[in-house]
Amino acid sequence: MYDIEKYYQAKDVADCIRALREDPDAVIISGGSDVLIKIREGKMAGCSLVSIHGIPELEGIRMEDDGTIVIGPATTFSHITNNDIIKKHIPILGNAVDQAGGPQLRNIGTIGGNVCNGVTSADSASSLFALNAVLELTGPDGVRLLPIQEFYSGPGRTVREHTELLTAVRITRENYEGFGGHYIKYGKREAMEIATMGCAVHVKLNADKTAVEDLRIAFGVAAPTPMRCTKTEESVKGMPLGQELLNAVGKGVLEEVNPRTSWRASREFRLQLIEEMSRRALAQAVIYAGGEIHA
Amino acid sequence: MGVGKELKRVDAYEKVTGGAKYVADLAPKDLLVAKVVHSTIANGVVKSFDLEEALKVPGVVKIVTCFDVPDIQFPTPGHPWSVEAAHQDVSDRKLLNTRVRVYGDDIAAVIAENEIAANRAARLVKVEYEVYEPLLTTDEAMAEGATTLHEEKPGNVLAHSSFQLGDMTFDQALKEEPSLHVIERTYETQPVQHCHLEVPVSYAYMANGKIIVTSSTQIPHIVRRVIGQALGVPWGQIRVIKPYIGGGFGNKQDVLYEPLNAFLCTQVGGRGVRLELTREETLACTRVRHAIKFHVKGAVREDGTLVARKFEAYSNQGGYASHGHAIVANAANAFKQLYHEEKALESDSYTVYTNITVGGAMRGYGIPQSDFATECLTDDLANAIGMDPLEFRFKNCMPEGYVDPHTKVKFNSYGLKKCMEKGRDYIHWDEKRKAYGNQTGPVRRGVGMAIFCYKTGVYPISLETASCRMILNQDGSIQLQMGATEIGQGADTVFTQMAAEVTGITEDRIYIVSTQDTDISPFDTGAYASRQTYVSGKALKQTAQLLKERILDYGSYLLKMPSDALDIQDNNVVDKESRECLVTLEALATEAFYSLDRSVHITAESTYHCKENTFSSGACFAEVEVDMPLGKIKVLNIINVHDSGTLINPKLAEAQVHGGMSMGLGYALSEQLLFDRSGRPLNDNLLDYKLPTAMDTPDLHVDFVQLDDPTGPFGNKALGEPPAIPVAPAIRNALLHATGVAVDSLPLDPQKLVSHFKEAGLI
Repeated sequence: MYDIEKYYQAKDVADCIRALREDPDAVIISGGSDVLIKIREGKMAGCSLVSIHGIPELEGIRMEDDGTIVIGPATTFSHITNNDIIKKHIPILGNAVDQAGGPQLRNIGTIGGNVCNGVTSADSASSLFALNAVLELTGPDGVRLLPIQEFYSGPGRTVREHTELLTAVRITRENYEGFGGHYIKYGKREAMEIATMGCAVHVKLNADKTAVEDLRIAFGVAAPTPMRCTKTEESVKGMPLGQELLNAVGKGVLEEVNPRTSWRASREFRLQLIEEMSRRALAQAVIYAGGEIHA
Repeated sequence: MGVGKELKRVDAYEKVTGGAKYVADLAPKDLLVAKVVHSTIANGVVKSFDLEEALKVPGVVKIVTCFDVPDIQFPTPGHPWSVEAAHQDVSDRKLLNTRVRVYGDDIAAVIAENEIAANRAARLVKVEYEVYEPLLTTDEAMAEGATTLHEEKPGNVLAHSSFQLGDMTFDQALKEEPSLHVIERTYETQPVQHCHLEVPVSYAYMANGKIIVTSSTQIPHIVRRVIGQALGVPWGQIRVIKPYIGGGFGNKQDVLYEPLNAFLCTQVGGRGVRLELTREETLACTRVRHAIKFHVKGAVREDGTLVARKFEAYSNQGGYASHGHAIVANAANAFKQLYHEEKALESDSYTVYTNITVGGAMRGYGIPQSDFATECLTDDLANAIGMDPLEFRFKNCMPEGYVDPHTKVKFNSYGLKKCMEKGRDYIHWDEKRKAYGNQTGPVRRGVGMAIFCYKTGVYPISLETASCRMILNQDGSIQLQMGATEIGQGADTVFTQMAAEVTGITEDRIYIVSTQDTDISPFDTGAYASRQTYVSGKALKQTAQLLKERILDYGSYLLKMPSDALDIQDNNVVDKESRECLVTLEALATEAFYSLDRSVHITAESTYHCKENTFSSGACFAEVEVDMPLGKIKVLNIINVHDSGTLINPKLAEAQVHGGMSMGLGYALSEQLLFDRSGRPLNDNLLDYKLPTAMDTPDLHVDFVQLDDPTGPFGNKALGEPPAIPVAPAIRNALLHATGVAVDSLPLDPQKLVSHFKEAGLI
């Protein structure tokens, strides 16, 4: 039995924003896989909910004429994984969200909830960082577009205003075309896990597949919010594929990350994972991009 | 059918279709809901409550605090009651406790009209405490100046026991032979939880002056006794009903919240009250497998002869005694039993009160801990002299015909070495020990193994008593009633097979009554140890023989033939020699019921007081791949081979081993209940407590060495608990083989492994 004081089912985006304006304490619920847990734990007992579940305009994945991929925030993880556009153009994301929780969670959890929950461990977040995703936030005053890198303001916090709703996740063509990407989730188990560390590498190779043309390395749990290692990315652009590249990335990222010690894992252990996972994710991303790094 | 056949579970259909009734399915609609208020300190005293806000919550009926309960201390473990005061379980807790000994101790309870009101009120109960420093380890609790947790046990040592074998001490043995190789190590095991699917849940109400409690328990008859003791009520006034339950693994071999539930119902005029724990409460506030720290020494001769060992164990009891010293005493015995040393064995065991979650019974009862220490030491000793660890075990392990020098329990059917041989062949031990001998690179493989022995029942440490009732129906079918309980392990099915085997009535005409109701069911202490097929099986066999005798006696009257010329086969009374059908059992039974000449209601009931016990044994062999930079162990191949006597139902036996191996894998690799410095559990939920998922579980291979045990009712002996025992040390030893790194504490989790590999310069 969940301790929910008020529940309102929004009819559409405008109705949702109206409901949020009317109730300053209201919390948005979509799939419920984060919100219901907090209610059950008592942290949000007696809460007021505005549900966006089942609003058609918030669901689904489409490609715009210029090649921009638009993901509705209420699209579930399993729909993303099995979507043809995702499979063809950004398999890294479909693969990443397929590692969240277990099958039941992936059938109910949504990408919008995953992002708006604001946690550094979100399985979609590091891939969306690597893809330079842009978030579309709709509020009473209209729509604003925000690069995902500017969305997180701290652990469990985002810049989304109370009366704003995430209405789309947008990924433009130049951020996926020609790239190969790989996300590695590290947990203590192979399922039903929150990432101890998440690492997404997105790489574009030169024409003859011998050197790095563009590289994005993103982490979840390497800092209070998901993050990119932009210095390392810049420093290896143009480098030929080889052990030296792996070493440069593996060591480079250590200068940029800032993981913390918690009872779940120590900083030292997370640093070990960061170095090793960035090497492995890169080696695999290179293969997806059409190249190979010989050991 | 009968014994040895793969009969489909008698409860399979009901369970997979949702028809089977569990406590929650049976609960009446209008029950009040109770919510326990738990302490937010680990060590201290409740000074006062402020209930004002909590009582204002609409729907709250009553709040009972630790100042309102009877001043009675009671024991909780599921042991048979001892009529000798010296052997009685430790009575050290009240229904609600003013003296707080665990973070999450039960200090008050809210009774409300519904769950939301109960939860809201429980959160609003304000408590004032006197706070003491939490004592989380046995070292802290035994240190000078530590607060005494129970005034009956100053210094916090609940019990200490020791023994010595051989005519000299460990040190004297070393002095005699300075050339011995000596290993001295500290092995540590962690607190883990049973994680049964169904959380502890019960409901209680009063009717006709009795308190009736329906509960998810392994031990209904013991629950009745303990409720009586805790409330100070005659035991006969308590009635406990146990329907199907969703697992127990020993946690429900403890009387957990039934006494409080019974008491709360008396506080609302006998109205029905339901008390269901959350998963978080189950992890934090019920029982765990004891964490034990072992300081052990071993001395071995160059030729591989084990000369002397020394064992010192400190068992972390947590805040209350529960099963107490029985666990580590059992651990010490298994350390002793599994190997023979030429000169000396010394053993010292301590059980120490601390402020962590209470240690209780859990599948294997101290032996998984003991086997970790024993089998790590064994590999480390073999390593010290460069001997193959399997060969070392063949040379030194407990021999055929072994008799425990203290308990006199005998190894009546000896399959240990055969298990080792089967496992060696399956895993390709010799080839792989060689092939993985000299590896380089970040990912390495290894094979490891461990053996174990396990006594089947609890005799002679405790009473073993069981009873059974059989009732012949008018159509020649029977009701079978056991005091022994089905807890998911398949007891009802194997009992049905046993009854068929002895009576000659086919399984489809044997209706086992799965529910135990202490007002109706015959007495049995319940599902624990690995006793039921052995001990309760003896009661069943005896009762079935009695029933058969009575049926044939009536057959003799009916057929005018001597009863010893008759037999029962496939529901017919047959001529013993020719096997010709003389009368169907249906015709005989109908006649017996309604005969105008001689009406008899044929039933049989008997008690078996079991004064026998026997060892089962086995081995686990595992092949692992270790990804050193990520600290991950992948189990590539694993097999358990069990020496459990004749299998009553081979398919169920295999499933039992699968479950135990899965439990062993979690124990080895990922599970651990963690506490912060204040004693608060950190991971009391199934997200952070790393129970392995299906994705983490390799294919589990099972084999058996089937030898008829002369003491078993059907040649059978222990299988319930043993599968969980040898897995963790086998994996630890495989890790040692793969990397050369000996990790001496469980679990073998990634962060720990990475730190070991760094220390060893491997990454």
